[in-house]
Amino acid sequence: MTVRRIVMALWSIVLVSAPALAFQPPPQSEFVPVTELPAGDQLPAAPYLIAAYVFVWLAVMLYLWTIWRRLNKVEADMRTLEQRQRSPSR
Amino acid sequence: MFLRTALLVLRKDFAIEMKSLEVLLTTLFFAVSCVLVFAFAFVKDGRAPEDAAAGILWIAIAFAGTLALGRTFERERYSETLRALLLAPAPRAALYVGKLLGMLALLGVAEGLLVPLVAFLFQASAWFSRPLLLLAVLAGGTVGFAAVGTLFAAMLVRARSRDVLLPILLYPITIPVIIGGVRGTAALLASPADEVTATMWIGILFAFDVVFVTLSLWTFEPLMTE
Amino acid sequence: MKKMFAPLLVIVAAMFAAAPIMIAQAPFESTMGLIQKIFYYHVPSWMAMYSAIVVCGVASAIYLFKGRADVDCYAVSAAELAVLFGLMGLVTGPLWGRKAWGVWWQWDARLTSALLLELIFVAYLMVRKFGGPGSEKLAAATALFGTATAPFVYKSVDIWRTVHPKTSVVPLLASSMPGAGRPFALSSIAFILLFVVLLTLRVKLARQQNTLDNLYLAQEDR
Repeated sequence: MTVRRIVMALWSIVLVSAPALAFQPPPQSEFVPVTELPAGDQLPAAPYLIAAYVFVWLAVMLYLWTIWRRLNKVEADMRTLEQRQRSPSR
Repeated sequence: MFLRTALLVLRKDFAIEMKSLEVLLTTLFFAVSCVLVFAFAFVKDGRAPEDAAAGILWIAIAFAGTLALGRTFERERYSETLRALLLAPAPRAALYVGKLLGMLALLGVAEGLLVPLVAFLFQASAWFSRPLLLLAVLAGGTVGFAAVGTLFAAMLVRARSRDVLLPILLYPITIPVIIGGVRGTAALLASPADEVTATMWIGILFAFDVVFVTLSLWTFEPLMTE
Repeated sequence: MKKMFAPLLVIVAAMFAAAPIMIAQAPFESTMGLIQKIFYYHVPSWMAMYSAIVVCGVASAIYLFKGRADVDCYAVSAAELAVLFGLMGLVTGPLWGRKAWGVWWQWDARLTSALLLELIFVAYLMVRKFGGPGSEKLAAATALFGTATAPFVYKSVDIWRTVHPKTSVVPLLASSMPGAGRPFALSSIAFILLFVVLLTLRVKLARQQNTLDNLYLAQEDR
């Protein structure tokens, strides 16, 4: 039961920090100009970068969800087993 | 005692195999068809791409070896002789060595057929310019592959889905053998045979063999015990 | 370990929330520009994966030779996490490579040997799932052999690739970007802590499953 609560807490913390992820301040003063970039000739970098970060986040979320689901199932099985034992047995 | 047990196991397998030659002949024929399939896949306008010959040779060895491993241990499982072997008052590691020697003999015969065949199909002259080094590359690679393969085949004997699990487990772990074997063989086939590269790969294969034969000897006992 | 779990969780989440801000403020690397920022998630993923591999290898060795079943929980958890973090690295790597080198896959030594390690640990999970009874020991042997072969794989792939140009970013970055140190350190620590947190959770799940199996067995014996 406690583990479920902790997993829910993790979910909520992460969802709350998502806006922080969305808001990326434009890098102004530390900007080092990219000299070797003929504009328009190269692939746009932003989609790849965003895709990479999104994938990492999604992978962790998915994995947490699978752990949560399996844990629920195991605990449910344990409860049914306990009930069966408590019910009139020989 | 150890060596005697290993040689006894080898003799037993040899005697059984000699009666019908089933595993040997079918493995040889499979290896030959493998080479032909790959040759048809890669040869264009009558010429194969560079280094394709070395690659084809080692792929054929790997595939035929996997098949032979599966079938040898399937025979043990079918007659339920594995339990008898394990019950025998002999050091378990000696059983492993006996099986490994049998596997090496089988693969040795297969390579004895495959190397001339591949040489025949792809410019024979270059293949035998450095016979001793070529032998060393083949030996190093085969021992490494057989060492890991024998252990995995033995441990999978009682598992479900053992036929497909053996290649799934074996190939990623023996990738250094494949790389070393192919690169070493290809170095020996180059127009001036590149002995330095070949010797380097032989060294790496030898290190791999030492590490993995040792590891297999250590883990055979705990793996085969219930 | 149990008492530290909740605060550890909060720290990890906070670090991951702070990371994008620090990463965005890090200076651009002069030749690769924006795309290089994948490095802050890519390299720490590998660090976490290697930690997972070491944990799995050691736990498997202990389980195989000493026969302690509770250690096996650590082995299977670490293997799952190795696959997870390896997948992260294998996806972020080509995304970086596509922009920086122009191709998705270049048979780079590190990426190739990482792919092979990933395959080995996927094979571990397959053995556990499809191997039938007694598959824990088989999987432990797989993990042990896989960890033992890792240096050989890396070395052979490395030599195999020497004829082609090598691209190794990390040493370059250390000298040319003094501002990159802090976000990188933060990301590395965050990923390692994430690994620890996930490992703890997964081990708990494995232990519960073991308890359940024992309960079923005990019930059948009645």
